[in-house]
Amino acid sequence: MRVAIASGKGGTGKTTVSASLVSVWDGPVTAVDLDVEEPNLHLFLNPVITGRETATLEVPVVDETKCTHCGACADLCQFKAISDLGTVLLTFPEMCHGCGGCMAVCPENALKPGARELGQISWGRAGGAGFLMGRLRVGEAMSPPLMRAVRRRLADMLAVSGGDAVIDAPPGVSCPAVNAVMDSDLVLLVTEPTPFGFYDLKLAHQAFGPMGTPMAVVVNRAGVGSADVYEYCDAVGLAIVAEIPYQRRIAEAYANGQILAQTTAGMQAVFESLTDRIRTLATAEVRHG
Amino acid sequence: LAVRFGHAAFATGTAKEIKMEKIAVSCDEPNLDAPVDARFGRAAGFVIVDPQTMAFEYVDNGASQVMARGAGIQAAEIVARAGAGVVLTGFVGPKAYQALTAAGIKIGQNLESLTVRQAVERYTAGAVQPATQPNRKGHGL
Repeated sequence: MRVAIASGKGGTGKTTVSASLVSVWDGPVTAVDLDVEEPNLHLFLNPVITGRETATLEVPVVDETKCTHCGACADLCQFKAISDLGTVLLTFPEMCHGCGGCMAVCPENALKPGARELGQISWGRAGGAGFLMGRLRVGEAMSPPLMRAVRRRLADMLAVSGGDAVIDAPPGVSCPAVNAVMDSDLVLLVTEPTPFGFYDLKLAHQAFGPMGTPMAVVVNRAGVGSADVYEYCDAVGLAIVAEIPYQRRIAEAYANGQILAQTTAGMQAVFESLTDRIRTLATAEVRHG
Repeated sequence: LAVRFGHAAFATGTAKEIKMEKIAVSCDEPNLDAPVDARFGRAAGFVIVDPQTMAFEYVDNGASQVMARGAGIQAAEIVARAGAGVVLTGFVGPKAYQALTAAGIKIGQNLESLTVRQAVERYTAGAVQPATQPNRKGHGL
């Protein structure tokens, strides 16, 4: 089972929930940080890194001696990553999405695969759990290609080790967020009962809904704000599967790099109960599906 | 290699040929007395002027305006296809500069306070210094 910890609004507690879930998980589990633009799960899990690799994207390299300037590649490219200017075929590697279409349509075999560095993937162990993360290269504008490379490695790791995966997703509802949750069995939406939390919860619910993956809600900072989040969840049938109270000592634990589930017996119980709810929701869906 | 080839193609032109090169001026209407559009990549279109006769045609650049990225590259393609050897405009970003230079097209920048006609006349009088670098940062990437 793969459970993605997502949110619309940033800073609602995705990493807090992810780290805590991993620490109390009732079986073999791999913790995955897919927030590759600003990974921080490792700050809480303190993994021992045992392997690293550089992820790259295949971009075209022009062989000027073979190019006849027919323009087929430039006509195909939707991102202006390759441009035919009559006597010169120019590539803009940073614009390339790596689809390989230009190389496929070239009748002269004048385009060869080159590479653009996307970032680093590293993996290892965090206590009893597996650990995997991506870190986007500074200056790289597209995170989904790196996220796909991390997810491919996750599939390889799970094929060997078995067990479940807890995925710390990036915030928002655009391509990176969708990419992080798209092949999960359950999406846990972490929110807070503030106007921003409420607004972005609705966006996330609408964005991820069409994928058909079951969703449930964790309310962080319970006690502030209004009842809007609760009323919305009730109205649309989103189960609230855990609440984390709004307390200064929780913020202090976070600031000290502590895993919330390990701070008090009460907090441990919250996340053990959440693990049970996740299993029930994900399995129920498998049965119905 | 690509850029060298572009320069070589340009360098082979004689002074007389260069004088006769068509000039593309960014502008939002087909009118010699309309102001130069400060934007190159996201200009509405280009007035393509024959500097000897001041006859002109207009090519639309509307498709570039709606692109999320790569507008400057697309505009450079449009100008190159129109057969222009010179671009007169306000601001040119790094990718447009790279594409125009590779195509052997000379660039005159910072002309947005002029009309199309004034910009062409200033260029033909030799009073426009060819750009040696982009004068705008790129967007997004």
